[in-house]
Amino acid sequence: MERVPILKIGDVLLVSIQVDLQDQTVLALQEDLADRIVRTGAHGVIIDITAVDIVDSFIGRTFATIASMSRLMDSETVVVGMRPAVAITLVELGLSLGGVRTALDLEEGMRLLGAGAPGARAPAADHS
Amino acid sequence: MTAPPGDEVPIASNDDVVRVRQLVRTAAAAAGLSLVDQTKLVTAASELARNTYAHGGGGTMRVERATGEEGRPGVRIVFADAGPGIADVEQALSEGWSSGTGLGLGLSGARRLSDEFDLRSEAGKGTTVTVAKWAR
Repeated sequence: MERVPILKIGDVLLVSIQVDLQDQTVLALQEDLADRIVRTGAHGVIIDITAVDIVDSFIGRTFATIASMSRLMDSETVVVGMRPAVAITLVELGLSLGGVRTALDLEEGMRLLGAGAPGARAPAADHS
Repeated sequence: MTAPPGDEVPIASNDDVVRVRQLVRTAAAAAGLSLVDQTKLVTAASELARNTYAHGGGGTMRVERATGEEGRPGVRIVFADAGPGIADVEQALSEGWSSGTGLGLGLSGARRLSDEFDLRSEAGKGTTVTVAKWAR
């Protein structure tokens, strides 16, 4: 099983998924992220799915779980880079991912978390 | 990684679920399905392959080129397992009904994402699900 690496940029944990997501890989990512949020005190998580060509109900549900879980640990999750075909399919599947914040790309996601461009000092996250 | 049309592949692990997605993607692209329709079919196949593995105790998937109404090219996929079967097919197909491990979107979602959907199941004998999607 492959593991998805988690990078830390300032106050944000960044995950860019570049592999075919097998169920165990998604579950491991959830656990690894929980662990890293606690250890680093990061206030934001960005999951980049630019390279992900399908999100089925299991993967989508796990994204929602990660978002809820991180919120409980004072960290906001943003899913970025969803492909149009994936978005259309998710809605038709019946999964709207209501509790998950999204942004079109990484830059927007960083801005949403109040983190600005990578390298900039992260101010306190503004979720308004 | 690519199987010839009509080839049968086993679904006996989570890795096989990923392989099913890849095979269906290749077949859907070859049949001329649009990117959105490819994505819908691959997503439906992912749901059904997971069911075959998790609920059917493993099984097989066969993907083949097929022709729909008005000669439209497309792909047909058959998932078969010899698992416990589905006691109440009607209930299993209703949205939100879950055997306990998922969201209950697997079967109902796969049906919505496909142009053709057929489910046959017999308690104690197993389940066969056939889906198809045609180029527009």
